[in-house]
This record gives sequence, C-alpha cells and structure tokens, in this order.
Amino acid sequence: MRNKTLQLLLIGLLLALAACGGGETTAPEGAAAPPAATANQVEVFSWWTGGGEAAGLDAMIAVFKEKYPEITFVNAAVAGGAGTNARAVLATRLQAGDAPDSWQGHAGQELIGTYVAAGQLEPVNFLFEQNGWIEVMPETLIPLISQDGNIYSVPVNIHRANVMWYSPTILAENGIQPPQSMDEWFAAMDALQAGGMAAPLAMGEQWTALHLFETVLLASLGPDKYNDVWEGDLDWGSPEVKTALEAFAKVLTYTNSDAAALSWQDAAQLVVNGSSAFNVMGDWAEGYFREIGFEPNIGYGWVPTPGTGGTFQFLSDSFVLPVGAPHRDAAIAWLTVAGSREGQDAFNPVKGSIPARSDGDRALYGEYLLSAMDDWANDIVVGSLTHGVVANDSWKSEIDTAMGLFLINGNVDAFQQALVAACVASGPCQ
Amino acid sequence: MRYKTEQLQGFALVAPSILAVLIFVYGFIGWSMRVSLSQWKGLLPDYTWVGLQNYLNLFKDPRFHIDIRNTVIFTLLFVGGSLVLGLLLAILLDQGLRGEGFFRSLYMFPLAISFIVTGVVWRWLMNPAQGARLSGLNLIFDSLGLDFLISKWHTTPQWGIAFIAIPAIWQMSGYTMALYLGGLRAIPDSLREAARVDGASELQIYRRIIFPLLSPITLSAMIILGHISLKVFDLIIAVAGKQLPLDVPAIYMWTTTFDGNFYGRGAAIGILLLLSVAVLVVPYLRYNIKQEAEL
Repeated sequence: MRNKTLQLLLIGLLLALAACGGGETTAPEGAAAPPAATANQVEVFSWWTGGGEAAGLDAMIAVFKEKYPEITFVNAAVAGGAGTNARAVLATRLQAGDAPDSWQGHAGQELIGTYVAAGQLEPVNFLFEQNGWIEVMPETLIPLISQDGNIYSVPVNIHRANVMWYSPTILAENGIQPPQSMDEWFAAMDALQAGGMAAPLAMGEQWTALHLFETVLLASLGPDKYNDVWEGDLDWGSPEVKTALEAFAKVLTYTNSDAAALSWQDAAQLVVNGSSAFNVMGDWAEGYFREIGFEPNIGYGWVPTPGTGGTFQFLSDSFVLPVGAPHRDAAIAWLTVAGSREGQDAFNPVKGSIPARSDGDRALYGEYLLSAMDDWANDIVVGSLTHGVVANDSWKSEIDTAMGLFLINGNVDAFQQALVAACVASGPCQ
Repeated sequence: MRYKTEQLQGFALVAPSILAVLIFVYGFIGWSMRVSLSQWKGLLPDYTWVGLQNYLNLFKDPRFHIDIRNTVIFTLLFVGGSLVLGLLLAILLDQGLRGEGFFRSLYMFPLAISFIVTGVVWRWLMNPAQGARLSGLNLIFDSLGLDFLISKWHTTPQWGIAFIAIPAIWQMSGYTMALYLGGLRAIPDSLREAARVDGASELQIYRRIIFPLLSPITLSAMIILGHISLKVFDLIIAVAGKQLPLDVPAIYMWTTTFDGNFYGRGAAIGILLLLSVAVLVVPYLRYNIKQEAEL
C-alpha cells in the first residue's frame, strides 16, 4: 500500500517534470537579477567570456575606464555556444522589459531582422557623423549594417569568412600553386585525390558546411548577384543559383567522411597536420593555428576562397543602442569608445581580428591580419550568411535546415526548392 | 474539531506548492498552447490566431519526419536495451554472489552523472575518424585486430541515431537493474521453493513465476525510460552537436525557437512532445489509481 502511494507520487512528479519540458519552450525564465542600479553605470551584454575575446573586451574596457572614470562598467557576459545561449538570455530580458544598456550582436540582418524589426534599437547615424566614422570605414560596409538609411550598430571588429587555409608543404610536394579560381581548385583537389589523399578539403560539423556554402555561392555568383539573392533581386530558383549549388555539391565530394563529428578546430587542424590540403574557415582559424604552434606561411598559408579574390566576405561583432537604454548617455560613451581607433586597436590585436576602421595602427597586427587589413580597405565588401550579416535569424535557420537535409540526401533540386521556400517564408522574396 | 484544524493546517502547508505548480506548470502549458496556435515569429509576441497551421506545417516538414523517425528508433533501442540489460544484471546479482553491494553500486554509478558528462565521454569513445586518425573505441578494436568492429558510430548514414542509444543504455541500465532487483527481492522464496518441489526447472520458474510477477516493474521502468527517451536532448547535443541526421523534436524545438525566433512553431513542437509523453503516462496513472481504489 505504501509502495503504491510512493510510486504514484513518483509518477506524478515525473509528469510534472515532463510538463515542465513542454512549458519551458516559451516561458520567459526569471531573468538574471540586474546588478544594483547606480546612477552612472553602463551594463554591456556580450558572449565574450573566454580566450582572446574576453581578453580583448577587458582591454577595451580599460580604455573606457580611462576615458570615463566616472562611469561604472558592468560586464554582463553570458557564456556558451558562440552566443546562442547569450541571445536566448537577451531575448528573455528584452521580453521582460529589462534591456541592458548595450549588447553585442553580429552586424547586419541578425540585429536588424530581429531587434530593429521589434523596434528595440535606435539608429546610431549621429555617432558615425560626429566621430567621422563614415570616412574611415569601407563605403560598401555601410549599406550592409543599415536599413532604410539608418545605421543600427557600431562594428568593433571585422572577421573574414572567405578564407581558404592551405598546407604549403603539401602543395609544394605536389607542385600545386594555391588555387585562385574554382577550376584551379577542382584540378588541384583531383590531383591530390589521384595521389592518394582521400579528403583534400577538410570540413567539420553542419555550420562549417554552411560556411563553406556561402563562400562557394559567392565564388559562383560574384559579388553583385550574391548581394542580389539576399536582397530578393535574384530568384533563388534561377539557373545561376542552380550552378552554384551544383558547384557546392561537387566541392562536398572532396571532403572528409567524418565531418559531422569534427568541430571547426578539428577540421582546421587536419590542414596543419597534413591530413588534408585545404580548409575553408573564417580568419579566427589563424589565431587557432598560432595557438597550437604553427607559423604563418610555413605551417599554413591562405588565399581568398577560390573564385572570391577581390571580395571581402565579412562578419563583425558590433554594439547597439537600445531604445530606452536605462543609461543612455553612458551607453553612448561606450559606443564612442567601441568605434574609436584607440578602442578598436585595444580590442582587435588581442582578439585576433582587424579593426572595422581602416586607420588601425599597423604596428600592432601580425602578418595575416595586415594582409586582411589591406584587403578590407581595398576589396568589395559583402556579408556572411552563417555569421548573421545578410539574412535574419529566421531565414538563416531555415537555410540551415535545408543544408542539413541536403547533407543527408544530396538532392540539389530539393535543396534549391527549400532555399526558394525559405526566402519566401522568412526573407524578402514574395 | 481537532481533525478539521489539522486538515486546514495540512492544506495551508501544501497550498504554496499547489499554487506554484498551477502557475508554472499548468499555466505555462496553457500559454504554450496559445502560442502554438499563433503566428509568433520574431522577438515580440504576436498572438495572431492561425489555428492548427503550425502543427499542419510540422507534419509536412521533412525535418520533423526525421525527428519522428529518430525518436522512434532511439526509444525502441534505448528502452528495450535498458530493460534487457537491467533485467540480466538484476538476475545475476540476485544469485547471492559475494560482493553484491560492490557490483550494485558499480552498475548504479553511471546514473549519478549527467547526460552531458556521459555524452562528452562517449563522444571521445565513439570517435568516427578513419584511417590514420583512428581513436577511441575504434583504436582499441584496431589494436586488438578486431577491424570488422570499427564503426562510423553516430555518423553512420541513416542509422546514426541508433548509436546514441549506447551511451543512454550505459547510463540507465543500472537504474533499471535497481528497479528489477527490488522486484526480485519482493518475490517470496516460498514461491520458488513450491515450484521446485513441484518439479519446475529454473528456466520454467523464471518464465512462469518470476517474469509475470515482475511485469508491474517492467511497466514502471518503461514509463520512466520512455519519457526520458522522448525528451532526449542533452545527450545528443553532447555527443554530436546540432546536426540534422541526429535531430529529435526537442532539438528542433530549441533551434527553431532560439536560433530562428519561430516561437509559434517551437511551442507547437513542445506541445506535441507533451502530448506524446502524456499518451505514455496518463493511462498508466489511471491504471494505478484504479488499482489503488480497489485495494
């Protein structure tokens, strides 16, 4: 009898737990208690909690404290998942009306499609004008971080997505020049496969496939048409896109079979340890290569992803000015530091990225970053998909699902149809 | 009179938790249902009524088809595997061997760690790299000359999800063993003795007497394991990250809600998960309550 009661209680508890599982989906959790409010403080929300990112943030905070000693800086960083956890926490805080004074977000549609669409952000054109940032940032960058002529964030750093890392040793041994075009690339990978290398191109888990895809799409379409598909001016069902998808399907045939089990670091490592010749990954990989003890141009080399020379596919961490920021003046002070030469030169050498400004102090940056700074100043700038510039979160998430299905079934037509449907459902296509 | 005061006191004591459960469990279930019938997509709530559209779209969604298939495969293997292994371990321990306490704790230990830890450890063990980069279990197989056992594990096309059941069984079979062991100990020795006197073989004793008497335990274990299985999320994320071949409803719910801001769709998946668990648990609860009433 007592046993039964206990059992029943246990089951009841389980049901309650199960029910919680369902309820938690949308229920706003009690947001983390905000730090005790003082009159003059700025609470900055980010996902920079470890490694070079956190160190870079600390360096920039030091600059801020020097310039504004009267403002208390509250670092509200949330760890985990390259920002996915932080963004979930931020969403609950915003829904609860508890906005931080400024938060980090990938510049472009990830911010615009989510927060501007919800009326949460103030334009920051006045900051760009007052501080002369328009003159020192690339002309092709501004439209990518604006909507209807309003700029919505202050980019702090710039990373490049369309970089292909290669093993100089392997290429030299096989008499291959770093490929510039898609055809040269395929020829090089065919030669390597014929020479017994099973997977000349190293790839990792699903998001790295999406990253590879955006660079191949850019290579195949060229910068103008690439921008057009994101703005709804070129149909995703068009033959041009189909050609790009077929090129991507071909690229995948050169990749490793255990890709799904590898992080981006694991995949990048295959290049420096000689298992693969190439890896397409953003230029944060360079910091990783140096961290594990390789020298630029000896352990690893780099070229723009074949077919994308002269184009800089960027992503950027940026900070925003929320509507109704609890400490608006302090937030503006923070943004002023974030956009300043001094602030960016404090942050970027530590983080391993380049400043969004083209007037960074060249003495502070290493060999790769200097080459990236030159390209940033001269190339056509286009935005990254995987890292939030060209598509809003909903659209990107649909494309990611389409990509996952494509990696399972390899069906180019179904992939294209899914991309068309994604643009209609969540993008600018009607 | 005194009885009444006691009742009141009792009620006052449980009232806060009843209230909390009403709000935080049933209230939010209700709210999730409302959201699942809305077109909410984006940061701000949008309760525009769309009826069952989110559900209908899900049933047409190729990703959700993968989710259902994966959940079914995982549930069958995980629940079945844990029951069989748990029963086997319990029977072995029930033979009155020395050091029973030691083995009992040993088999129970995996239960003490979280699915995340289990997942990370098995991620290393089930490393699918081939060729010169063999590692984990594959490397052991290779060095033992058992090359035919080398596996692509969870990256096996189509059947990757089946391998996720291995760490889950590893973790939960000890718990199932404990349930069965309790059941076995509750069977009086006199029943076995009587059967032996009547000339039943050991096998017959298990088939005709022990297993039927254990069936309530099996039912409880199936309910407990089954609902864990339907909600599996952390284990898969820890072993393999977010990728479609190993997608399950809970992962889809999380990515679509927090990566894609499709709150309506996420809530619909959540409600479907709740319903699937309820289908499992509610008949069991009713059965139990009925039995309770009869006693």
